[in-house]
Amino acid sequence: MKSFIEFIKKEFFHIFRDPRTLIILFAMPVIQLLLFGYVVTTDISDAKIAIWDKSKDEISRKLTDKILSSGYFKLASTIESHNEIEKSFKKGDVKQVIIFENNFGKNLKKERVANLQIISDASDPNIAVVLTNYTQAIVKDFIRVNKPFATSPMRIEIKPQMLYNSELKSVYMFVPGIMAMILMLICAMMTSISLTKESEMGSMEILLVSPLRPLQIIVGKVIPYVFLAFLDAVFIIQIGKMVFEVPVIGSEFLLLSVTFIYLLTALSLGIFISTVVNSQLTAMMISAVALVLPTMLLSGFIFPIDNMPVILQILSNIVPAKWFLICAKDIMLKGSGIGLIWKEVLVLSIMTIVLLAISIKRFKSRLE
Amino acid sequence: MTTTPNSPLSTPNSPLQTPHSQIIKVKNLVKKFGDFVANDNLTFSVEKGEIFGFLGANGAGKTTAIKQLCGLLTPTSGEAEVAGFDIFTQPEIVKKNIGYMSQKFSLYNDLTVYENIRFYGGVYGLSRKEIKERIGFLLEKLNLEHVRNTFLKDIPIGWKQKLAFSTAIIHKPKIVFLDEPTGGVDPVTRRQFWEMIYEAASDGITVFVTTHYMDEAEYCNRLSIMVDGKIVALDTPGNLKEKYESKNMDEVFIKLARNEV
Amino acid sequence: MRIILFIIQKEFLQIFRNKGMLPIIFAVPIIQMIILVNAATFEMKNIDILFVDNDLSTTSKEIIEKFIGSDFFNVIGKSFSIEEAYKKIEKNEAEVFLHFPNGFERKLIREGVVDLDVEVDAVNGRAAGLITGYVSMIIKNYNQSLMIGKLVPNIKPWKIPEQINIETSYWYNPKLNYKTFMVPGILVILVTIIGIFLSGMNVVREKEIGTIEQLNVTPINKYQFIIGKLVPFLIIGLFEFAFGLVIGKLLFDIPIEGSIPLVFLCVTAFLISVLGIGLFISTMNDTQQQAMLVSYFFMMVFILMSGLFTPTESMPNWALVLNKFNPIFYFLKINRMILLKGSGFLDISKEFFSLIGLGFVMLNLAVMRYKKTL
Repeated sequence: MKSFIEFIKKEFFHIFRDPRTLIILFAMPVIQLLLFGYVVTTDISDAKIAIWDKSKDEISRKLTDKILSSGYFKLASTIESHNEIEKSFKKGDVKQVIIFENNFGKNLKKERVANLQIISDASDPNIAVVLTNYTQAIVKDFIRVNKPFATSPMRIEIKPQMLYNSELKSVYMFVPGIMAMILMLICAMMTSISLTKESEMGSMEILLVSPLRPLQIIVGKVIPYVFLAFLDAVFIIQIGKMVFEVPVIGSEFLLLSVTFIYLLTALSLGIFISTVVNSQLTAMMISAVALVLPTMLLSGFIFPIDNMPVILQILSNIVPAKWFLICAKDIMLKGSGIGLIWKEVLVLSIMTIVLLAISIKRFKSRLE
Repeated sequence: MTTTPNSPLSTPNSPLQTPHSQIIKVKNLVKKFGDFVANDNLTFSVEKGEIFGFLGANGAGKTTAIKQLCGLLTPTSGEAEVAGFDIFTQPEIVKKNIGYMSQKFSLYNDLTVYENIRFYGGVYGLSRKEIKERIGFLLEKLNLEHVRNTFLKDIPIGWKQKLAFSTAIIHKPKIVFLDEPTGGVDPVTRRQFWEMIYEAASDGITVFVTTHYMDEAEYCNRLSIMVDGKIVALDTPGNLKEKYESKNMDEVFIKLARNEV
Repeated sequence: MRIILFIIQKEFLQIFRNKGMLPIIFAVPIIQMIILVNAATFEMKNIDILFVDNDLSTTSKEIIEKFIGSDFFNVIGKSFSIEEAYKKIEKNEAEVFLHFPNGFERKLIREGVVDLDVEVDAVNGRAAGLITGYVSMIIKNYNQSLMIGKLVPNIKPWKIPEQINIETSYWYNPKLNYKTFMVPGILVILVTIIGIFLSGMNVVREKEIGTIEQLNVTPINKYQFIIGKLVPFLIIGLFEFAFGLVIGKLLFDIPIEGSIPLVFLCVTAFLISVLGIGLFISTMNDTQQQAMLVSYFFMMVFILMSGLFTPTESMPNWALVLNKFNPIFYFLKINRMILLKGSGFLDISKEFFSLIGLGFVMLNLAVMRYKKTL
């Protein structure tokens, strides 16, 4: 027992004397929150457009002004020929070209109808659709203002109530998501690398001839990571609360308990990987591709699972982060108690127990 | 600056009487790590073709000294010339003329015996033809032809040490530095290893070797004994035993280390 | 030059000897392509919607019908109890519910305007915004049908209103297929992950096992060393890119409008800067674990800022400044431009030379940081 405690001490020392690792582990969530909160947004403003005004009359100019003063668009260039459309798209800056037909204003007055063409660079289809919708809305509004036209005498107006997140802050989603990622990084990636290192460097043999039992070796090696991961999770929750005003409405104890279960799942995956690879590089690659990537993409963190192809929806069920995210979001934002999330907690717990059992067994049989 | 009682300048001539072919010249070499003085004012020289030993306990500063001579560490002060080149200003030219075998095992476990030697031969600028010839010769001499295509991780440590040494002199350097080459090796292999060292020396390669095995010290032509970063004695093993009235090097060393002289 | 060849040969042997690596090099692109491309979509379909209809009027029924007929919504039921509806949202069974209070239709007819209560689960702010948008679209359509519908028989015929016909066209991706947009992006991420991790762990591994010392006493100079380390990963990276491109073409039929040699010229420039970063990280760390963390960190930041999922134009200024040092940002743009739009060298020259500059700086940093002395 004494040698076991000494061993744990050594492992702790190993991590906690390495300031670079610690700085990264605690700075990363903050930077990620900042990036997700402020940089990775789908809002579009100041999109560059080009205008080809064949008519150059008062009305086309007025409409142009209206479009440009909307805040969504910025004029990149005025063009004069069809060739220039393709040229400006290929240069990459211009997202949309608006073309006024000949005699635009005259047609509108005389024929009561004028033609406007919007060509969008749809290599990014999302932006293309959004920008086209903006332009259409502006044009419709222009017509209405230009010639007041009665709206329906009867209309239904929707009054949306945004439950749990009235300001639609995206950071609400990211706090639990980033927790899921960091825990995977520390408990699976770092742990698998650390365990693999012992066998790659041949020092595992030295540990094995020591009086430590295999189970003690594995526990001793992972305990510092468990500690570090838990600390980081608490840190993220606090930063979320204090800096980004992400509430924890439900019980913090419940949240931390679920976090701990998830942490153990990640840990058992890390141990498992270390038993199937023989170099740190492979351990890292497998963790990155098989664990971190799904945690980011198949968990509902960034992309909603409901919209994925059915196969991926089914696949997402084996991603632990999916269950953790449901629990964490519900506890933090909806204030759900165990009564509402017991199913998810159960799935996560069973996953953890099974994986932990398998990976410890594999680890022991590999050592013995 | 303190002068050690047994300054190398005052030692008798080495058995190899070639006074003007000093291949390593070191004068007042100092290496500090912060406040810690790892090498305190080393002054010595090594003759061409000599087997020159550095004897000392762990932490006496042997490895630090050898790393400076190989250009792996920059000295804090002093002067040193290896194979006629200044280690301060021409470390890369020095490297062309030396071989080095470190304490840590230095060949690649995930390459075969053949691939390891080929790599180092190539890195030292040998032609493909030369590499081929030397590998054939070397494996034959070591009786290791049967493991030519075996991964290094799968062969016994004794063979690995021999291979590491052969690889270190694959380019026929003027000097080879061996940093505790026989650590963790059984006595028989150690014996064979020293035979290889003698062979290299007879081919004209100067051997600079560190060790903490006293019996190995006896194999050297000349020996310098380091205690706490200083050279406290430098002479042939025979002269040293005589001077310190000892039966073997063990006694010499213990007397010097305890500062009884 | 010959020395470099020997280093390259050795690196290749070591990479392909590593039993786990080969499957990774082949499997990663396939898995990434299939999962990432299919998972990465912000479109909303099958939004679970619930109706609390206490009005049971023609209007409420007609509106509900509109939702049932919509592709975006999946009607999970009707209810009379607003508490029950809230409960369903709490349990994640519904994402949104509409509440028609008693007297909804009467108020509409009597006052001409009536509020419709839409309650949205906004935990995911972005999704909530989209859901509201879809709801309001359907209601607006319904409003228009009210205007000409039978409920309002006496609209006075106005004189023909002015009208602007808008013809919209979507170039380069007329079907607005999001996958076409994602595949070139995922390709970039693919070569980045492989490149940074392979190079980032490489030099530090030699440090860990101690072979670096042996290399450092050889006459290999720093440039030979770094280039010898770089070339194998460059070749693997180019291969990965080609492999990924083939998969993208076969599985997703992405367009390849531009010149393939030009794309490969740009990947090469991109890889040099990415590998330069990886080797730099590798030379400044002491353990593979540290190197992994640092690489992971930079990769995360670079990818998030690169515009993979979201437009870069609307990022705050400080982010735009940071992006000037982000190779992924440049190459992502280049790759999409060449593959999807067929842009030529002149169109991408600014980004291309930025990449070359970054690569030059990073490689020199790596060379500088690599010390042959301890």
